[in-house]
Amino acid sequence: MTTADIVPGAARELRNHTSLRQTLRNSLTMAYRGLLKVRRTPEQLFDVTLQPILFTLMFTYIFGGAIAGNVTNYLPLIIPGILVQTVITASLVTGVQLREDMDKGVFDRFKSLPIARIAPLAGALLADTVRYAIATTLTFAMGYVLGYRPGAGIGGVSAGGLLVIVFAWCISWIFAFFGVIARSASSVQGISLIILFPLTFLSNAFVPVDTLPGWLRTFVSLNPVSHVVTAIRQLANQGSVGRDFWLSILGAVVVVAIFAPLTVRAYMRNA
Amino acid sequence: MQHSDTGLAVETRELVKVFGDNRAVDGVDLAVPTGSIYGVLGPNGAGKSTVINMLATLLRPDGGTATVFGHDVQHEAQIVRQLIGLTGQSATLDEKLSAIENLVIFARLLGLGRSEARRKAAELLDEFGLAEAGKRTLEKFSGGMRRRLDLAASLIAQPPLVFLDEPTTGLDPRTRIQMWTTIRRLVSSGSTILLTTQYLDEADQLADRIAVIDHGRVAAEGTPEELKAKVGVATLHLRLAADKDTSEAVRIVQEVLKVKALASEPTLITAPMADPERVTDLLIALRGVDIRLAGVSTQEPTLDEVFLTLTGNPKQAEEGSAE
Repeated sequence: MTTADIVPGAARELRNHTSLRQTLRNSLTMAYRGLLKVRRTPEQLFDVTLQPILFTLMFTYIFGGAIAGNVTNYLPLIIPGILVQTVITASLVTGVQLREDMDKGVFDRFKSLPIARIAPLAGALLADTVRYAIATTLTFAMGYVLGYRPGAGIGGVSAGGLLVIVFAWCISWIFAFFGVIARSASSVQGISLIILFPLTFLSNAFVPVDTLPGWLRTFVSLNPVSHVVTAIRQLANQGSVGRDFWLSILGAVVVVAIFAPLTVRAYMRNA
Repeated sequence: MQHSDTGLAVETRELVKVFGDNRAVDGVDLAVPTGSIYGVLGPNGAGKSTVINMLATLLRPDGGTATVFGHDVQHEAQIVRQLIGLTGQSATLDEKLSAIENLVIFARLLGLGRSEARRKAAELLDEFGLAEAGKRTLEKFSGGMRRRLDLAASLIAQPPLVFLDEPTTGLDPRTRIQMWTTIRRLVSSGSTILLTTQYLDEADQLADRIAVIDHGRVAAEGTPEELKAKVGVATLHLRLAADKDTSEAVRIVQEVLKVKALASEPTLITAPMADPERVTDLLIALRGVDIRLAGVSTQEPTLDEVFLTLTGNPKQAEEGSAE
């Protein structure tokens, strides 16, 4: 038997905490696991392939004439808006899938391993950036088909895409939190939608802010989603980095700072 | 770092876990010597899995202490995790991934390099007779194959202590015996094994020591022989050559052994055998009146009897909530 040379417990060198390097390594391994699972079940990608196509068509033609006079004028406004909405919706699915995953028992084994506690969560969330990248690419491609020609070219579009992916990863910690505390996948979906709708629709994603009543305008201007939408418009259309860029980064960091520890703690307690 | 070098792989004192108003584990003391197989035997819902889960750092104890090789499971949890392997009751692997992928991921998590992880995975698959199925996803695995892979996965880091939570529940008899062989091999290589089981014969076959748990408490503890001795005496079976002698034989048995004997079949007499010395007298006495015997045997008490005596209820009597 190959296990013949088992080192006795007392003779081992052991540490009671995990280093940052190990945390990163563990998270990447977990992300690799997530990617393998996506490859095995490609039907998980339905939402991030169909939704960008459907939403881009729908919103552009429904609101285009009413808000911007015609479709072509509306595209620079709506494509970044739909992009953010689509990718954040995709990040909600992260929470739902996390719950399903945790119900399967493999997470019990993870908990008994000497790995960073955050790794199973961070890894799952990291793997899902692939989904966000698909949604981002398809939204921009769909916009291009409809006639969207971003002023900053491919560089600005890539920067905008990258920003929304990072932003969505940060936001996905909110849904991961619900994923960990909820009892079932469907209840994760239920709670998360209540967060998702105000977050995406009460923003400047679809309509200019100055058409809104004052109290709503205040909320919209505080909503980090508004800042990220504006930042992406500036990146893609003008190729500029403004105040909104930094504000959206700040908003995202705050979300992670609050929800990542909450999620890990809840994960350690329940699951 | 301090080691209390007691030679114990696991030690618990007054361990308690409460779920709502159910005291699932109610003051359990265990002492598992290093290098042994220790069986925790009990019916469904007795608290076996809860004990394992606390020792494996999955559940936080509500009272008492537990140490693994001298390390506290609560305060030195990450150290304890480096010393244990856990094979739980239900499958704890990824259904969607192949056997190799599963093992490689765990090996990578445990710090092995890319090629090292692949080599280790191949090695374990080989050892557990799963080499041919390595590329298949677990959805296509039989129950026995899953269990073996599950066990393989908990041995990647070559932990000195392995928890097996009902390792053979639901397996067919052949696979069960394969599993037993694997478990014995594991101990001969230096591991300590703590296993839970509902099967008395399994504990009897494998364990060096057994703790019988019922209602979250240790009802009895000792070697299988000690436990059997606790319930009492062996039974003597006398098979007579002809049934015409039966009533006379029963009379002689009662007279010589000074116990109550029973003719459970026309030619079979059974009697408790408190003192084996007297059996010699009995045989001589039977020869003296020319009663011929077709067979003599003794029967040690089974663990089933032990179980009934110690817990006072049949083993499937109650439904578990803590398992």
